[in-house]
Amino acid sequence: MTQPQLDLSPPVSDEVRKTTCYMCACRCGINVHMTSGKVAYIEGNRDHPVNKGVLCAKGSAGIMQHNAPSRLRAPLKRVGPRGSGEFEEISWDEALDMAESWLRPLRESAPEKLAFFTGRDQSQSFTSFWAQNYGTPNYAAHGGFCSVNMATAGIYTMGGAFWEFGSPDWEHTKLFMLFGVAEDHDSNPIKMGIGKLKARGATVIGVNPIRSGYNAVADEWVGITPGTDGLFILSLIHCLLKAGKIDLDYLARYTNAPVLLDGDPKSPDYGLALRDEDGKPQVVDRATGKLAAWDAPGIKPDLRGHIRRAGVTHASVMHKIAETYLSDDYAPEAVATRCGLTPTRIRAIAGLLAKTAFDEAIVIDQPWTDFRGERHEQMIGRPVSFHAMRGISAHANGFQTCRALHLLQILLGAVETPGGMRFKPPYPKPAHAHPKPHAKATPMSPLEGPHLGFPMGPEDLCLSDNGQPQRIDKAFTWENPLSAHGLMHMVISNAHAGDPYTIDTLMLYMANMAWNSSMNTRAVMEMLTDTDQNGDYIIPRIIYSDAYSSEMVAYADLILPDTTYLERHDCISLLDRPISEPEAAADAIRWPVVEPDRDVRGFQSVLVDLANRLDLPGFVKDGQPLYRDYADYITNHQRKPGIGPLAGWRMGETGLTDGRGAPNEAQLDSYIANGGFKTFPIPEAAQYYKPWNSAYQDYAVGMGFYDSPQPYLFQLWSEPLRRFQRAGEGIGPHQPPEYLRQQVVEKFTPLPTWYDTASDDFPTHALTQRPMAMYHSWGSQNAWLRQLHGHNPLYLPTKLMRQNDLKDGDWAHVTSPHGRITVPVAEMAALNEHTVWTWNAIGKRKGAWALDTDAPEATKGFLLNHLIHELLPPKGDGLRWSNSDPITGQAAWFDLKVRIEKAPPQEISKPDTDAQASPVPAPPTELRWKVGK
Amino acid sequence: MTDLPQQTQRQLGLVIDLDTCVGCHACVVSCKGWNTENYGAPLSDQQPYGADPSGTFLNRVHSYELTPETGPAQLVHFPKSCLHCADAPCVTVCPTGASYKRVEDGIVLVNESDCIGCGLCAWACPYGARELDLAEGVMKKCTLCVDRIYNENLPERDREPACVRTCPAGARHFGDLGDPDSAVSALVAERGGMDLMPEQGTRPVNKYLPPRPKDQIDEQVDILAPLLTPVAEEPKGFLGWLDRALDKL
Amino acid sequence: MHPAPSIILFTTLSGLGFGLLFWLGIDPTPPTGWVAFAFFAIAFALSLGGLAFSAGHLGRPERALKAFTQWRSSWLSREAWAAAATLIMAGLYAAPLVFVGTTFLPLGWVTGLLALATIGTTSMIYTQLKTVPRWHHASTPALFLAYALAGGALMSGRVTVAIPLLLVTGALQVWVWWDGDRRLARSGTDMNTATGLSGQVRAFEPPHTGSNYLLREMVFVVGRKHALKLRIIALVLGAALPVVLLLMPFGHWLAALAVLSHVAGVLTARWLFFAEAEHVVGLYYGKR
Ligand SMILES: Nc1nc2c(c(=O)[nH]1)N[C@H]1C(S)=C(S)[C@@H](COP(=O)(O)OP(=O)(O)OC[C@H]3O[C@@H](n4cnc5c(=O)[nH]c(N)nc54)[C@H](O)[C@@H]3O)O[C@H]1N2
Ligand SMILES: Nc1nc2c(c(=O)[nH]1)N[C@H]1C(S)=C(S)[C@@H](COP(=O)(O)OP(=O)(O)OC[C@H]3O[C@@H](n4cnc5c(=O)[nH]c(N)nc54)[C@H](O)[C@@H]3O)O[C@H]1N2
Ligand code: SF4
Ligand code: SF4
Ligand code: SF4
Ligand code: SF4
Ligand code: SF4
Ligand SMILES: [Mo]
Repeated sequence: MTQPQLDLSPPVSDEVRKTTCYMCACRCGINVHMTSGKVAYIEGNRDHPVNKGVLCAKGSAGIMQHNAPSRLRAPLKRVGPRGSGEFEEISWDEALDMAESWLRPLRESAPEKLAFFTGRDQSQSFTSFWAQNYGTPNYAAHGGFCSVNMATAGIYTMGGAFWEFGSPDWEHTKLFMLFGVAEDHDSNPIKMGIGKLKARGATVIGVNPIRSGYNAVADEWVGITPGTDGLFILSLIHCLLKAGKIDLDYLARYTNAPVLLDGDPKSPDYGLALRDEDGKPQVVDRATGKLAAWDAPGIKPDLRGHIRRAGVTHASVMHKIAETYLSDDYAPEAVATRCGLTPTRIRAIAGLLAKTAFDEAIVIDQPWTDFRGERHEQMIGRPVSFHAMRGISAHANGFQTCRALHLLQILLGAVETPGGMRFKPPYPKPAHAHPKPHAKATPMSPLEGPHLGFPMGPEDLCLSDNGQPQRIDKAFTWENPLSAHGLMHMVISNAHAGDPYTIDTLMLYMANMAWNSSMNTRAVMEMLTDTDQNGDYIIPRIIYSDAYSSEMVAYADLILPDTTYLERHDCISLLDRPISEPEAAADAIRWPVVEPDRDVRGFQSVLVDLANRLDLPGFVKDGQPLYRDYADYITNHQRKPGIGPLAGWRMGETGLTDGRGAPNEAQLDSYIANGGFKTFPIPEAAQYYKPWNSAYQDYAVGMGFYDSPQPYLFQLWSEPLRRFQRAGEGIGPHQPPEYLRQQVVEKFTPLPTWYDTASDDFPTHALTQRPMAMYHSWGSQNAWLRQLHGHNPLYLPTKLMRQNDLKDGDWAHVTSPHGRITVPVAEMAALNEHTVWTWNAIGKRKGAWALDTDAPEATKGFLLNHLIHELLPPKGDGLRWSNSDPITGQAAWFDLKVRIEKAPPQEISKPDTDAQASPVPAPPTELRWKVGK
Repeated sequence: MTDLPQQTQRQLGLVIDLDTCVGCHACVVSCKGWNTENYGAPLSDQQPYGADPSGTFLNRVHSYELTPETGPAQLVHFPKSCLHCADAPCVTVCPTGASYKRVEDGIVLVNESDCIGCGLCAWACPYGARELDLAEGVMKKCTLCVDRIYNENLPERDREPACVRTCPAGARHFGDLGDPDSAVSALVAERGGMDLMPEQGTRPVNKYLPPRPKDQIDEQVDILAPLLTPVAEEPKGFLGWLDRALDKL
Repeated sequence: MHPAPSIILFTTLSGLGFGLLFWLGIDPTPPTGWVAFAFFAIAFALSLGGLAFSAGHLGRPERALKAFTQWRSSWLSREAWAAAATLIMAGLYAAPLVFVGTTFLPLGWVTGLLALATIGTTSMIYTQLKTVPRWHHASTPALFLAYALAGGALMSGRVTVAIPLLLVTGALQVWVWWDGDRRLARSGTDMNTATGLSGQVRAFEPPHTGSNYLLREMVFVVGRKHALKLRIIALVLGAALPVVLLLMPFGHWLAALAVLSHVAGVLTARWLFFAEAEHVVGLYYGKR
């Protein structure tokens, strides 16, 4: 018996080029195997701080993305009506001339008439710098409809949130509680983390109406009713507080729980911190019983601190916390039904949190010194950790719910301690250390500062002197004061309505606004094609940069085709949204591992080109362009002296250095040689307690995160919120308009609160989840991925299936206050019984993405977006309130409620949108992919 | 070559942890990528951009809903590729000898140049681990990445299957299940690793680790509840307790 | 299983062909000359045609000869040998009959035996599959042989043999349907053994929304009502009607009609044989 002789060591590839994945925003390191000059195989880079070698389905399918037939081939000029998809290919000269001819006059007369919004942009520090120098206030990325609640609540409360800002201490945590996450941005690290916990046998609790993915492997599933997490969390807090299971030492030292509040109802500062002459919040020192500034060396802030002055008691924040949350309103018995849980389960979870945090505390023998100068011999860990994402943030009570979660973590002493949640540099960074928003447009001059920021009170809002919004998206107005990421989802509807003003040119980058990233998709498509009496488009000009034939492409007048992620330079910068992990700061690049075979250009380089043509300050000095292209910008741009887009291999006084240093012409080569990234490890003594740890503060200054140490206290009681609330109460020069007064008073509570956002008119919650193997709308053009998720049913809980006499494959009408869709259904038992859901962004417009027009994505696939409106239906007051969080403007995607009725069998899901013409050639009918062999 | 070896020197295979797999399909696609570019013919796709796309994959992730006697329903993600059976029926049915089980390590392979694409081996496999490639007309199956695990052109740490290397959750383990001292054997012993369809008599080498018991916390409430004994009934009392507790710090 | 026309035609035609060869082979007074030529030509056409259709099921038909190599373990390989041997022997037996008119009976017996063996090996290809409990049963070769013998008898004009054989085959078929419907459940393979999970297991999301080879090839599902209708048709056409026709006063047209009816019946039964066969892999897709 013989068996064939196998070559067990066949050659794998000619060469490996290491760069950064861009099939999603996780930004893992990849090894691109090249054979005969072509991409042969993509695997994870084992040395990379983010993914350590693993790669998700999308990342491995990058080869199909990079070679997708939907790739745009050359600049396009619209020749048919908007939306038709009829284009003519033009030269770059013509395209850039056209763009210049539109943008130049606007800058000279009214720069705000250019609205430049970017979607899945990973170069926001660059695109915002461009917009700032152009002078338009109308710039933001997509964070406003994504997860601004999560980011903002974290930054205002503790100087950072989850994902890019922080993650659980996977190595040490013993109990991990996950709220409302299907996939997250931190895709691979979360899976790796869960894997570590599972290997150790640690406990995972998943709080989610849907038990799939991460929640499927959770040891305990809390199938909560959507929108009620805040209530559930505050009930956990109630139980823990009542039992005294809180970390008193931690609260006293590192939070504003001991800070005294002005208790005088007549004082303008009522409810704000008592401050000393230097403006520093004050505490009572438990050692001396005297008032002291919060950061005075050697003091022991008294949690129970209170003083009496002129007949008025000024008590610590801790008093407010006890008063608020010990109330029976938060008892498990009072909240369980509303949350779809049982009191027993709430208590059991609170008990487990208490047990793990306090009975199973861990100790690391690592001395460190705090900002008050005290040396600690050990680091004490509360090994409970939390993570949350859009499930709690994409509700109109999301900001306060996220804050409630932070309050819970902090009460347990589980932030920046071993086993808890850890920040990723450049975080922690408190709200007050961030810039404030700027929005004053002046022709021919740059904006005075960055567009986006963190208002500390009403005076920081972006309102003109007559109280009008300065920004087209009405960010930083009384409707949503803390809209730190802007409101991209309002741009098209506001521009269409001319409210607060009309614009001339809408420039979009990497955002599928005519489809899955808009609420009310159909209406948005109409707004983009709507004309005035003269037959001119109401939004006169649309420039768009996409790499692929997306739905949005069809709605633009001028397309500036981008390269794929393997064909361009990119910079994942510490100035922006870096790839740091808790133990090390890190940044990375992408570089052209292959040259484009089409007439396309990296959009950032195109922006540099446009800036040079437009003589934008910051890009052109004395008539001379400063940067040739984006690679040149990455290397040579300095935000502040010594601080550039990349922190590695800068020119120090004595040689190469990290952090601060002069530009280095060979910097990109060094990154490439190192695998496309650089890590900047945090010293051992600085690994935990970062906001208060002098060693960390020194490290951060060295890296250029801030110019001097910035220790701060966690803000359990939020003063910025209190300032807005105070304005609502009628105090101060800047006050909300009458119709918003009550909302501001009720919702801007300085301590986290919960309010109901679900209307009773429709019985069933409707959610979407991201499939792990698909990225928004991009996945469908990928020949491998679309075989996994080519269409999407609406999943109904067993009870609803029975009630409506439905079985798998039947069809149902799904009605919301805004419309009706008709879609296929399937049953899921592991689902909250008041909830239905589907995969996000599987449905496609016919003709898009170089798919055949009868592709299942277009015939059976569907979007829930048609049912979600950016405005709520009229209420008793006759007003149409925004379907968003009143504090941040975060789009409340997950507040959607619907009614389900059985429908007769259908050929195609409804609404059935007509086909767009495809600007790219027809795709092949068979793939046998193998390069070089 | 269609006879099965009496025994193999090693029994290389996978251990898949159903308690850890989050169903991300990473293993599915890395497998597709590696095996499209490597061993044998590329894994082809028909109508890749059309109405009824389909293609050859060697590894697929199912999901099952499990309704226990008590407690809420559960979901189990379930990756499945060739289990490299010791008594592989796919091998003995093969009329051409294209299918064989390697003596050295027990890997079950198809020698594509001998395969006539009759499909009988796929019929004989209970697990759906074989797919006939429509473009090439030959049978494809998991090779256990035989062209990786010994490949001297790869760094040593990469000499493991593509799906194992890529799995973000670490739910896939590779090793010698014939060696009772191997890490995978230890894992199987510790976690009660099981065979799929044991009654089919295929004696799979790959093992599955069952999901751990779920939703048990309500039963522990008696142990946990005492931890929540109130320190005081009234908010005032709470502040008193706070004072005393602070004194003790 | 997917009722692929190529395999349905293959098993039906080659079954008839080898069945006919069996009767021709054991005929103590075989026809000679043109009559022999006609009978053997029909038998060869049927069996060779059937084999040709079976090659249509191959991904690489040009390599079909490789299938002869694994006779020690593979029923498909054995079938190839058996079929080839039968045809060669039948040729050796038929040539003198047709051209010289001499009969060498032992060659005929060998041909007959080989024909039976061929039908047996064909049926064993299906019978051996534990993965298809409906097939994995002694009744599968019995039924294949019964069909072949009845069909062969009918084709060779042996009315008195054909009638009881048709009746027996019909009866056996009915029982096989009845019993076959219970074999998957009896096999002990179910969702629980497939997944190793205990409790009530239901397939949730399939691994892919697109189709694949497994679904097309092995996860065919026929509706109960549809199947019942087809069973009746198969029974009527395959056994009942031919018997009735044979009982009528003999006529060439009636005999031809009986043969046609029988062939149509067997084709229907074969369609059901495949279409109703539940491959256990369907469990993984929740299609069982
Ligand atoms: N594979 C893949 N990865 C991605 C993306 C992608 O498209 N594909 N997109 C990226 C982007 S832009 C983002 S913003 C992130 C988002 O990542 P996630 O935050 O994971 O976002 P979703 O997939 O929308 O999942 C929201 C989850 O919240 C749950 N949920 C909804 N309402 C509630 C509630 O009231 N309470 C609780 N507890 N849970 C609730 C839903 O059931 C769902 O599981 O993912 C990023 N990563
Ligand atoms: N119903 C519902 N709707 C939602 C959500 C939800 O949970 N439910 N989530 C919302 C959230 S959080 C988000 S972030 C949005 C996401 O929605 P979008 O930001 O619209 O994301 P994509 O669909 O990925 O579209 C991005 C566009 O970028 C293009 N692109 C891809 N690669 C490149 C490239 O290299 N260069 C250029 N220039 N373009 C490229 C793609 O072709 C695509 O047209 O969706 C939102 N919509
Ligand atoms: S998570 Fe996946 S798609 Fe996202 S960057 Fe990492 S490998 Fe790429
Ligand atoms: S799993 Fe299937 S293909 Fe793999 S060895 Fe076992 S029977 Fe053969
Ligand atoms: S398909 Fe190929 S490997 Fe499978 S049994 Fe037929 S010849 Fe053998
Ligand atoms: S071992 Fe290799 S061939 Fe087998 S499933 Fe994993 S990646 Fe695919
Ligand atoms: S890669 Fe790992 S976690 Fe993902 S589906 Fe495969 S086995 Fe499961
Ligand atoms: Mo997002």
